[in-house]
Formats: sequence, C-alpha cells, structure tokens
Amino acid sequence: MSDHLRIATALGASGWHPGAAGLDRAFALATWRELIGTAEGAGIDFVTIEDSFVRRDAGHLDALLIASAVAPSTSRIGLVPTVTTAHTEPFHVATGLQTLDHASRGRGGWRVQIGDARAEAPLFGRRDPDALPLGDLLDEAGDVIEVARLLWDSWQDDAVIRDVETGRYFDRDRIHGAHFNGRFFGVEGASIVPRPPQGQLPVTVLAHAAPVYELAARHADVVYVTPSDDGSAAALLGEVRDAEHRVRRTGESLRVYADLLVLLGDSAASARDELARLDEAAGAPLASDALVVATTADDLVNRIAAWHALGYAGFRLRPARLPEDLVRIGRDVLPLLDAAGLHGAGDETGTLRTRLGLPEAPNRYTDSQKKEAVA
Amino acid sequence: MSEKRRIHLAAHIPGVNNTTIWSAPDAGSQIDFESFEHFSANAEKGLFDYLFLAEGLRLREHKGRLHDLDVAGRPSTLAILSAIAGITDHIGLVGTLSSTFNEPFELAKQLASLDHLSGGRAGWNVVTSSDAFHGANFRRGGYLDFAERYERAAEFVSVAKELWNAGVDAPVSHHGKHFDVEGDFPVPVSPQRHPVVVQAGDSADGRSFAAQHAEVIFSRHSEFDAARAFYDDVKGRLGQWGREEDSLKILPASTFVLGDTAADAAEKARETALAQVSPQTAIAFVEQIWGKDLSAYDPDGPLPDIEPATDVTVTRGRVRHENPAAVAKAWREKADAEKLSIRDLVIALSGRHSFIGTASQIADEIDRAVQERATDGFVIVGATNPHGLDDFVAEVIPELQERGSYRTSYDEGATLRENLDLPPLVPGSTSLVRTPVGAAQ
Ligand SMILES: Cc1cc2nc3c(=O)[nH]c(=O)nc-3n(C[C@H](O)[C@H](O)[C@H](O)COP(=O)(O)O)c2cc1C
Repeated sequence: MSDHLRIATALGASGWHPGAAGLDRAFALATWRELIGTAEGAGIDFVTIEDSFVRRDAGHLDALLIASAVAPSTSRIGLVPTVTTAHTEPFHVATGLQTLDHASRGRGGWRVQIGDARAEAPLFGRRDPDALPLGDLLDEAGDVIEVARLLWDSWQDDAVIRDVETGRYFDRDRIHGAHFNGRFFGVEGASIVPRPPQGQLPVTVLAHAAPVYELAARHADVVYVTPSDDGSAAALLGEVRDAEHRVRRTGESLRVYADLLVLLGDSAASARDELARLDEAAGAPLASDALVVATTADDLVNRIAAWHALGYAGFRLRPARLPEDLVRIGRDVLPLLDAAGLHGAGDETGTLRTRLGLPEAPNRYTDSQKKEAVA
Repeated sequence: MSEKRRIHLAAHIPGVNNTTIWSAPDAGSQIDFESFEHFSANAEKGLFDYLFLAEGLRLREHKGRLHDLDVAGRPSTLAILSAIAGITDHIGLVGTLSSTFNEPFELAKQLASLDHLSGGRAGWNVVTSSDAFHGANFRRGGYLDFAERYERAAEFVSVAKELWNAGVDAPVSHHGKHFDVEGDFPVPVSPQRHPVVVQAGDSADGRSFAAQHAEVIFSRHSEFDAARAFYDDVKGRLGQWGREEDSLKILPASTFVLGDTAADAAEKARETALAQVSPQTAIAFVEQIWGKDLSAYDPDGPLPDIEPATDVTVTRGRVRHENPAAVAKAWREKADAEKLSIRDLVIALSGRHSFIGTASQIADEIDRAVQERATDGFVIVGATNPHGLDDFVAEVIPELQERGSYRTSYDEGATLRENLDLPPLVPGSTSLVRTPVGAAQ
C-alpha cells in the first residue's frame, strides 16, 4: 500500500461556517457538477455529501441522489454520500448505494450515520423517540452495514451465465439470500442489483467516542476523527487502535482520517479576520466538533504532514465557505502536498477502493466455495 | 381543420421478465451504466415524453427456487434515475416505487430531490404490491390486507403532497390511519412541485385511485377495443372528481416487431416469440397455472392431461392469476381447437406483440388509436436491452412526425408535466380537482 495520504472534502448545501453565505442555486445539478468537478480537477480523492431528514438552514437535497446525478459527469473522484440508518429501509439503503457504484463505475462509498434519530422520529411516526437509546442505534447501524455487505456479495461476479442450452440466464447457485434476522429488522432475499463493480463499497464513519470507534472497527473501512491538537491527534489514533483490539478486528486495519474545518487566506491574519467577520455574521463564535483551522495553505499543509507522520491515512477537509475554501484547497493545498510528495497526483484512475489503498474485496461466497473444494 | 391529438410515448427500460431477450447477439448488460446511457440517449433522440422503470423488490422465485430463465438484476429506482438525469436534458424520468415498502417522508424527500436535480422531470409510478414474500426484505415485513393497499397508497400520496407543498416554508402535521408525520421538510418546493403521479393497478380500487390521484395510467390494455373500453371506463370516472378528460393520460404497455415488409415483420415476430418463450420458459409458464412440477412434459407436445392444483402458488414475485382451474380449462380449449403444443400455446398467450408491421403500418395503428381516443399514447417496450428501441426511433418516430401528431422537438425547459400536456397543478392543493363538483368543497 502506498503511504501517500488521501484528501477528502466534506460538502453540504452551504459551507461549514454558519455565518457563510449558502451556495448559490444549491438545488441545481449544475451547481453540484461544478463543485465536485472542481474537487476532481484539483485531485481531491473523494467527497462526502452531508444529509439528514431534519431540515438544516435553507434546506438540502438527498445526498445519494446528488452523488448519483454527478456520477456520469465525473470520472475519477470518489462519491461518498451520507445515508442514515435509524429511519431508512436497510434494503433500499444497500441497493441504492450499490446502484451508485454501478453508475459511477466503481467510485461509490458510504458515509454511514445514525442521524439525528430522536429528532427525526416524528417525521416517520413509527418509532418512539424516547425509546431509542444510543447503544441500540449503534447496534442497529452495525446490523444495517452487515446487511448491506451481505447484499453486495449476494450475487457472485459470475452469476450471469446466459446458457442457451439449458435456457438459464443465471446460475442460481451463485446468488445468495441475505437470510438476516436481527434484533431490529430482517432481510431475507438476495439483492435485486448484481454485485457492484467494487464488490464492497468503502464504508466510512465519523466517530467521537469509544462506542462509535468500536462500530467503525467492527464494520467500516475508514473512520473520521476530530483531534483538537497534536496531543489529541496522537491519543485518538491510540483509541481507534484500542477499539480495533477490543472488537478483535481482523484483516485490514481501519484507515484513520482527521477532520479539519478549514478557512484559508493569503495570510494567516487575513484568514483570522475573515473568521472573525463570519463569527460576527453568525452572531456567535464558530463552534465545531472538528478543529477550526483559519490559516494559510502552507500552514495547513504543515499540520497535515505532521499528523500524517503520526499515522493518519488521510484528511477530510470541511470548507468553511463554499465554494471559496474548496477552490483554495484545490488551487493552493493540493499542489503543495503533491510537491512535497505526500499526495499522489499520479495514480488517480480506478475505483475508490484503489484510491483508498484498500485491497480488492473477495466475495464471501466465492471464498467459501473454494474452501469447500479444497476440504 | 381540427388539430390532431398529440401522441404521447414513453420508453420502457427493458424489464425483468421474458419479454427481454437475453440470448440475442446484441443483448447487453442489465446493470452496467453503459446500457442506461445508450437506452436513454436513444429515447431522448426519439423525443419520448419519459423513460419508464419498473420495480421488483425481490428476485422472483419459481417452485421454491430463484427463477433463472429470465433476465434478472436491476438498479435501485431512484439512484439510477438520478444518474440518468445527469446524462439527459429533456426526457421525463418515471420510476416505480412501492407505497407499501417505503415511508412518505423519505420518499417525498427523494422524489423532490430528483425533481430538482432533473430540472422538473420526475415522475412516480405508485404501486401497491404488498405480499409477505416481498415484505420479508423490509422492516414492516408481513402482509398488508388487500383492501388496505390502496387506502395506504392514497394516504401516502396525500402526505407526500402536503410535504411537497410545504417545502421548507412551513411545518407539516399529518395524523391519519397509516401515517403520523410531524415536522419540517428539508427540500424546498421543486420545479414541478409534485412529480407526475402514475398508477398501474387494474382492479376497481386501482382505477378509482387513479381517477382521483393519478395523472398517467400505465395500463396493460393495448389492443384497440380493450384499450378503448379501459379508456372510457377510467376517463368516465374523472368527472366525479371534478377532473377533465385530458388531465389523465392513459398509456398502455406495447411491444412491437418492425419489418421491411408485412411478411418480413410476421416472420421476425415468430422468431422473437421463440426467443422470448424458450422450451423451459414455456413449461414454467404452464407450471404457474398448474401449480406443480411439469418438467417431465415435452414443450413441443400437448398440455398435461392432469388437473391443475388449486390454491398452490409456485411462482413468487409477480402478479398471480386468480383462478387456475378456469384458466387451465380455457387454455385446453384453445390448444385443442388450434392444435397447439405447450410452447405454441404459451407463445399465442404471452408472446403476442402489440404492433407487427412496417414502420408505416405501425405508425398508422398508433396514430389511429390516439386519434380515435382508444388511448393517449403508449409505453413502448423493446425486446432487447439496450438496443430494443433503436429501430423504433429510427423508423417509426419519423413516420409519426409526418402524420403531424408527434413532436419534432422538445420544448426548451419543459417539465415532464408539460411534455405530457397535462394541466398545471392547482397551487397549494393536494388534489387534482379543478372544478369543484356539487356543493361547496
Ligand atoms: C402495466 C403494469 C405494470 C406494473 N408494474 C409494476 C412494477 O413495476 N412493480 C410492481 O411492484 N408492481 C407493478 N404492477 C402492479 C400494480 O401496480 C399493482 O400493485 C397490482 O397490479 C395490483 O393492483 P390491482 O389489484 O389494482 O391490479 C404493474 C401493473 C400493471 C398493470
């Protein structure tokens, strides 16, 4: 695996500073094409797209559908929509993401989120908001991921045979029902969608506490954490590795990404002034789970390099203003990283898994057949 | 001279059933995006009102095992339509989505998003399939009583419309038998405000649901007399809901076989039917009615002499026949009278094509059916994926244009509702009523 670091950016209908102006025409496909096209052109590895059922600010569109709509006009960047688990149908979640992977020819990923489950409950009216303890919601999210992974494997890659002699389009022994029956829901059948190009879409989780590190360690490929300084950057890495031990993770270790909320200026002073101006517009200083970095591109690159040396596989940058900070990340930050040999400008083709340095995903059923054959 | 009625055509994305021939030399993938790229570019070239995508939420089974004789594998409806929105500019995008295995808040959010991303081209074919077989893939599981399916669908559609009308401007509060929805909607009012609502059920309940809530019906009655009877029946129901004839478009599913001459077309029709009804498919088709394993019977021989099982369903995941004994009896009579083998009978029953002929003959038939008010148009179903409509677009569409009843270009910036020449929605309303009926409403 290359030790190049990876750069993601987190997009929503507005920048991450509440005082920043919302995107112009945030509901038009052209706007999203341009934003994500800018990120792709700059060599950013993937974008995550925010979503929720609860309305934020002036509203927003469904993230999976934004990613799907942008898929055909992009060709390299990974598309990682937020899809929540508490009030959605696991079957639709899995097959929707699987379809994104087909439409993007292997560039789909998933940012799993429980969502604001309690606030969202009245929008659905089928779960009591007071009976949704966090532990259950996390367990349920784990089950949703497990079912999605079962469904993504449910068709073996060679299931379609088109055998005129016997009249069979597919080999039914190469398609497998999920047969999942959990505490929160069940899914019986196979996916209606053939196996996605990546086999398994990369699964990513934002985590701030031990139970969520464990969820990520059990089920995810990438975890985003939110260090507040150099000390906590080192400590959080340790916490993630501890969680991996506790859940006895096997195979590839989690790729740990640090989230940073980024406001860039030509000088550190101008960035700080702009931050103060936005704070004033918002009526309060910016409060964020992620470290707020209002500085120059050089400064940001120094921090990224230092944390990468600690063991961070990548960084998810949340632009304070859209599109300004996204444009600056692309124009100023990526070239510096590339020049420093920290970020691979070259290897930008292929699937999102390849970009993330994840190995090919074997199909669990193909494997078990092989084992049986050997035994 | 009175103007001709405009023909409305939709392009059916090749479905998961034996109409789609997988053994053809040019048969492509059911799922690779390339197939959707070709299919939608061709449909947009043919100036169709919309693309239509069916839905099946579980792989079909036959005799307790996956049904492996037909094409299988399909995309998830909303994600693929959104991706297609990214490669098209004018054509409508109509997806089939169940009102049983979805919740109104989420589906309303997704459809409003699709309407934004496509610039007002979204449509929703509301289906009510609700058996336990499909339910086993979903949280609600189980089964919804037959009578309750359309009740839930109607409440589902009206909650969705409340949410679409509210946009981000006002909270919605709905408390009904099937749904409790309380809070703010995250998506602003979309270009069409409500995606076009399509309906595809055939029962009396289905028809009244359509008369009240739908703007398009996808029907299965394509043959002229049956189409006209259906047209009269459903359009006759509109008055009681204060709606006018043209506020609901009826588009039956239609297949076609195109030839250079009538004789050439007839020969191709036979070849097409043979490819659609393989020997194994013929047996499986009869097993559906007989309710038992008939694999020992010769597809080129006569129908089984044994009686069908009553009350046995061997096929799951498709609409089933209600009375097997009566169906078997009718089939026997037909096979005896016409001296048909099993396979020939199945071809005669299921492999019938709506239109067979030269481009000019097919155009005449389509035009006549629309001008004589047997229908408002058709949903055209090709026999292969993704090239099944290539010839239709190249040859039949120009003929229709010559007859003056088919568009020669899209109207710039038109929404799906405008493509369909449907009346605009009444602002703020959740119903399609334009002229209040009877006393004060
Ligand atoms: C032409 C046509 C197409 C249909 N397509 C679908 C489909 O794609 N998916 C589905 O679940 N049901 C489909 N249906 C089923 C209907 O929507 C409906 O649920 C079913 O016919 C039972 O309703 P009914 O009793 O009113 O006919 C279709 C029905 C017709 C007539």
